[in-house]
Amino acid sequence: MIKSVLLLFIVFFQIGLFSIGGGYAIIPLIQEQVVNAYEWLNVQEYTDIITISQMTPGPLVVNTASFVGMRLAGVAGAIAATAGSILSGTIISIALYKFFKKYKNIDSIANVLKGLTASSVGLIASAASTIILLAMVGTSSLKVENFHLDVVAVILFFVSLFALRKYKLNPILIMILSGIVGLFIY
Amino acid sequence: MRLQKLKVCLLLFRMTFSVSAFTFGGGYIAIPMMRKNFVHKLKLISEQELLDMAAIAQSTPGAIAVNIAVLVGYRLAGITGAIVSCVGTVLPPIVIISVVSMFYQAFRDSTIVSAILKGMEAGVAAVIVDLVIDMGQVILKEKNLLLTLLPFFVFIANFIFNVNALFIILISAILCVIQTYIKSKQGGTFG
Repeated sequence: MIKSVLLLFIVFFQIGLFSIGGGYAIIPLIQEQVVNAYEWLNVQEYTDIITISQMTPGPLVVNTASFVGMRLAGVAGAIAATAGSILSGTIISIALYKFFKKYKNIDSIANVLKGLTASSVGLIASAASTIILLAMVGTSSLKVENFHLDVVAVILFFVSLFALRKYKLNPILIMILSGIVGLFIY
Repeated sequence: MRLQKLKVCLLLFRMTFSVSAFTFGGGYIAIPMMRKNFVHKLKLISEQELLDMAAIAQSTPGAIAVNIAVLVGYRLAGITGAIVSCVGTVLPPIVIISVVSMFYQAFRDSTIVSAILKGMEAGVAAVIVDLVIDMGQVILKEKNLLLTLLPFFVFIANFIFNVNALFIILISAILCVIQTYIKSKQGGTFG
């Protein structure tokens, strides 16, 4: 029991350490460890957990960690795996934050932070485009053959964006409302 | 003083917990939600600070939603704040997944759940696009050619050519160092 809790912590620590960029980019990385290397889940179960991850709130890596941990060693396993998956990221984030704060008066360091902000806008835009494609044409790839435009999703997107920009509505409210619309239409 | 810190920590827990409970559609959605709460509503951190935190959260390993929550917590109440925010962010997914894992097949095949989520996708997309527009405007204000072009090239590289985010982040940092070096050689007369 203690051994498997410890192993869960170590494996998810490794996954956390190498998952940069987030979102869909880390799906194969987790699969490699959880399905191929340790055989904790089979491919079907792993696909299910990704689907469930998208249905429930929370980061994919935290959801997978909780799910695998829970199945292998109950609540203690879930906590150990989750703690492992977030430990390196949080420590490195705080260290980097302190570093930039301390040296923000040095030109080149301040400029690097500006550059990271600029490229993070590009990365967020890329993530947004993936979700837009998923919502509007039901696929995240740019292949034309199964192109099926979902008019409801397009309208919902633009109405939400208008409400956000014009009336500064709370994002949580937008998500609840669009979820309710989805319930009645789909 | 102690009471003040306790209050901040309680606030952090409440905020990060509620943001995390609605982190549908990937970690990026957490950034606009944190911004709405901590920058616009509570006015506890500035817009620029949040953008810096968002950049750091993405440049470091791990879940973006957790990283940015920890940074906001750390900024407002030190290490205690970071831990409180971290627990607040991680708790909803652990509880929900633990419950769902008991009857996950029924949950996965539920048409009601998937209809709600289908609708939510469009809302999530709108919230993130709203953030991209605002962040883009902040970048443009710098009036720096490299910073203006970076988001476009990063977008094309990541979305069209699937270039790894880590590689993109490294290249961006290096380009900025080079730019500062060139500017300092020219005596910093432009930019």
